[in-house]
Amino acid sequence: MKFGVVVFPGSNCDHDAYHAIGHVLQKPVEFIWHQSEDLHHCDAIILPGGFSYGDYLRTGAIARFSPVMKSVEKFANSGGLVLGICNGFQILLEAGLLPGAMMRNSGLRFICKHVHIRVEETNSPFTCAAQQGRILTIPIAHSDGNYTCGETELKELEKHHQVLFRYTTPGGKDDAAGNPNGSTANIAGVCNRAKNVAGLMPHPERAVEAVLDSNDGLVIFRSMIEALVGAAKATA
Amino acid sequence: MATAQTEIKVTTEIAAEHGVTREEYARIQKILGRDPNITELGIFSVMWSEHCSYKSSKVHLKRLPTRGKLVVQGPGENAGVVDIGDGLVAAFKIESHNHPSYVEPFQGATTGVGGILRDIFTMGARPIAVLDSLRFGEITASNTTSEEDAAKNRRILDGVIRGVGSYGNCFGVPTVGGEVAFEPCYAQNPLVNALALGIARKEEIFLAKAKGVGNPVIYVGAKTGRDGIHGASLLASAEFTEESQQKRPNVQVGDPFLEKLLLEACLEAMKTGAVVAIQDMGAAGLTCSTCEMASRGGTGIEVDLAKVPQRETGMTPYEIMLSESQERMLLVAEKGREQEVLAVFKKWGLDATVVGEVTDGGLLVVKDHGKLAAKIPAHPLAEEGPVYNRPIAEPTRRKETEQDWFAFAAEGAELTANFTKLLAAPTIASKQWITEQYDSMVRTNTLAGPGASDAAVMRIKETKRALALATDGNGRWCQLNPKAGAMHAVAEAARNVAASGARPIAATNCLNFGSPEKPEVMWQFSEAIDGLGEACTALGTPITGGNVSFYNETLGKSIYPTPTIGILGILEDAEKVLKVAFRNEGDVIVLLDGSNSSKAGPQAQPRAGKRREFSSSEYSKTIGGIVAGEPPAIELGAEKWVIDCMVALAAEGTLQSAHDISDGGLAVTLAESCFAANELGATVTVPEDAAAEYALFGERGARVVISVSPEKLAAVRNTARQYGVGAHEIGKVNRDNILRIEYKGRAVVSAAVPALRDAWANSLKRNLKLQ
Repeated sequence: MKFGVVVFPGSNCDHDAYHAIGHVLQKPVEFIWHQSEDLHHCDAIILPGGFSYGDYLRTGAIARFSPVMKSVEKFANSGGLVLGICNGFQILLEAGLLPGAMMRNSGLRFICKHVHIRVEETNSPFTCAAQQGRILTIPIAHSDGNYTCGETELKELEKHHQVLFRYTTPGGKDDAAGNPNGSTANIAGVCNRAKNVAGLMPHPERAVEAVLDSNDGLVIFRSMIEALVGAAKATA
Repeated sequence: MATAQTEIKVTTEIAAEHGVTREEYARIQKILGRDPNITELGIFSVMWSEHCSYKSSKVHLKRLPTRGKLVVQGPGENAGVVDIGDGLVAAFKIESHNHPSYVEPFQGATTGVGGILRDIFTMGARPIAVLDSLRFGEITASNTTSEEDAAKNRRILDGVIRGVGSYGNCFGVPTVGGEVAFEPCYAQNPLVNALALGIARKEEIFLAKAKGVGNPVIYVGAKTGRDGIHGASLLASAEFTEESQQKRPNVQVGDPFLEKLLLEACLEAMKTGAVVAIQDMGAAGLTCSTCEMASRGGTGIEVDLAKVPQRETGMTPYEIMLSESQERMLLVAEKGREQEVLAVFKKWGLDATVVGEVTDGGLLVVKDHGKLAAKIPAHPLAEEGPVYNRPIAEPTRRKETEQDWFAFAAEGAELTANFTKLLAAPTIASKQWITEQYDSMVRTNTLAGPGASDAAVMRIKETKRALALATDGNGRWCQLNPKAGAMHAVAEAARNVAASGARPIAATNCLNFGSPEKPEVMWQFSEAIDGLGEACTALGTPITGGNVSFYNETLGKSIYPTPTIGILGILEDAEKVLKVAFRNEGDVIVLLDGSNSSKAGPQAQPRAGKRREFSSSEYSKTIGGIVAGEPPAIELGAEKWVIDCMVALAAEGTLQSAHDISDGGLAVTLAESCFAANELGATVTVPEDAAAEYALFGERGARVVISVSPEKLAAVRNTARQYGVGAHEIGKVNRDNILRIEYKGRAVVSAAVPALRDAWANSLKRNLKLQ
């Protein structure tokens, strides 16, 4: 099992994802340069947070055309696990690998703080180790995290259990007070219909050790590891 | 076209327009043995500007302690460097970007952050934290500030905050702390002081010494444009007048994305082993980097400007040499290995071009398409600028009487309403609304971000250790007594570091003052230097670098003299970091007091002295509208004992929380420890030897409030005794979510914590009236 963390010019959470997988969870992980079309036989790809290409034009809009993204698209279309965190989520939206689009936070300001998200769906490789309905404390750090989609699209997302995480209050209530950026239906993270590609605005890689005030993010990476182990067993 | 300007005949009048005095011009003629051409005049004028040459401060800065066991690099390089063990060093420095931030708040602040980050990674260190010490005019209307001015101050604050955030967030360095304070004197001259901290392996530190004749000089990063010309000389080295807004073109524009690429590329290029020296192009751009690298290396440098990547056409040598375009670096590579270096920059998509070479003979030679544009001996240009021992005169102050001082409320007065008002005072109120706009967590090293502990605490992943950093400054106190105020700034920063559990080891300073041409300002400066020197020596924190910012004046009115101090500390065991939040019901609240100790004995002070001292407090300003008197007397011995005691207590792991007493006094300290906790309050009894307001809101130093679980109390008392520090049991943490402070048997403050928290937490947002 091997994870790959893509490095775009301007990625700045690449080392944090690497640290979470490689040092905290002790699983093989390597960086993949944006110019590379070779994914180095990785079993799961993480598109990390940051400001790829300075967020110029539109978040993720330029990174989406990187050589590496051609391979990531192929990898995703053939069932490979791809997780986009924050800027990585934005890139996946721009690449059309996930439904919806991203707008500026409703408050028009960058926000960095711990938020609460509820696990909405455990039948996915990104949440299979989590408990349904569990509230995770995970930080956000973004200007453009206001996830949006049309009504029909939202219905489709709900119908196919693609909403993985929703913002809630600390007590688990769905209301505007728990939603930091104004996202549609308090959505914090979604996956594609095949459930092998997921994106979320909160940073699970920043919540992997108790000294960082939360290790709730581990469950997402552990889920991916479980899914990969399960898949390996199934093919063995 | 390009040569038109170089043919201007230089006269003393043109020199004067460049801020070069008649005497300085004569000195230039002597160094050159002839009249300078216009490009040469431009080069001299920026290098000899106050900002770059420290000509008015040099004679005083010599009095600062700069040596210490752990100091690897003191002042004079791009940043100070200290040994932090495990083969690692920390590079850190604080710098001002005050004037640009007034003229263009967003870009002024971004380029302030960008500049200090480059200073750190120029040394080969990866930046791991940024702190910002910010000061603005009042943001609410009052009898000193009109609504129009308050609105303007709010806009400046908003621009600066956005600028600081946008740069750090994109660059990927956590902005983890600092201060935000408000005084009317900063209305037209806000202070934006940015501190950056980086880590490197000791043997991999890079210096800016151009060595090896024939080695290529390589320009990397952003293309050169016409922005920021004379930023250092005309913007930073002159006071503001009514026309200052016209200086907007002198402000540079920041691009954090480019800087992020530059960081990664520079660190990677350094790893090749082919880089000999490197310096960023900050103030005075290409001029400063070429002549300083040559001067330090005892060599010369020859460059051809035709090879410099340019953003605009038709730029003259004068403009190229003086441009302060951001995100540029100049480096010297080993001859024959330049391709290795160039390849790294190409990989990161950055311009990198050989523009010249290191020469012998010590000359800075500037050519333009092969034609000579300037030829100046590098060392005299960089190091032999004018040095002024400017006149000093203590300002005459009206003698104050008791009528000028704060009158304490009658005994038995209820103080909750005043306390609530104090908590909402912008300087005291929570800065969360601001700090949430900064990414304080990227790179997952932040053990204590904004407000969590008295200092920002960053772990060093490959070790057990962490670094703690705090900045402090109190302009009001320095205005009343520059020496004592400066000492307090050092003591408070060091105390903050110690209250996080770390041992303070080194300091950096940013000295913000008015015009050095005024003897009264130079007196303030000289006094402040004496105070800094004395305090840094006493507390064992040598000054490793920083900067001086003079001319913080608008229309002839100076700011309060404001030395800002950054202190770095080492926490041997990162897991023992102390935070301000109370933890458990029933924990004992203890006041550690260095001056009320077995060593010092209680300080007997007459009642009038207490009124005088109290008149300089935040409470006196906010509640009484009085700014007068003197800062509290400072006892450096007491400060040192408390610091040593805190470090020992943290190492023993016996404490639940720690929070020092500073702005707003004991009451604010207690409240903040409640606010940070989860549904906890405190019941406290304060000493009765002074007025209730003095006991609650007095700001005397050398004190820290700790909480201790009852079974550890004896051990804590024992340690305090060993360090000669008074440990007074003053109360208990309660579960009632009420803060109750008793004085002479009755509650003088009693309020629900959520109500107090609301006043404190939402004040800034309410006052800013922004969205």
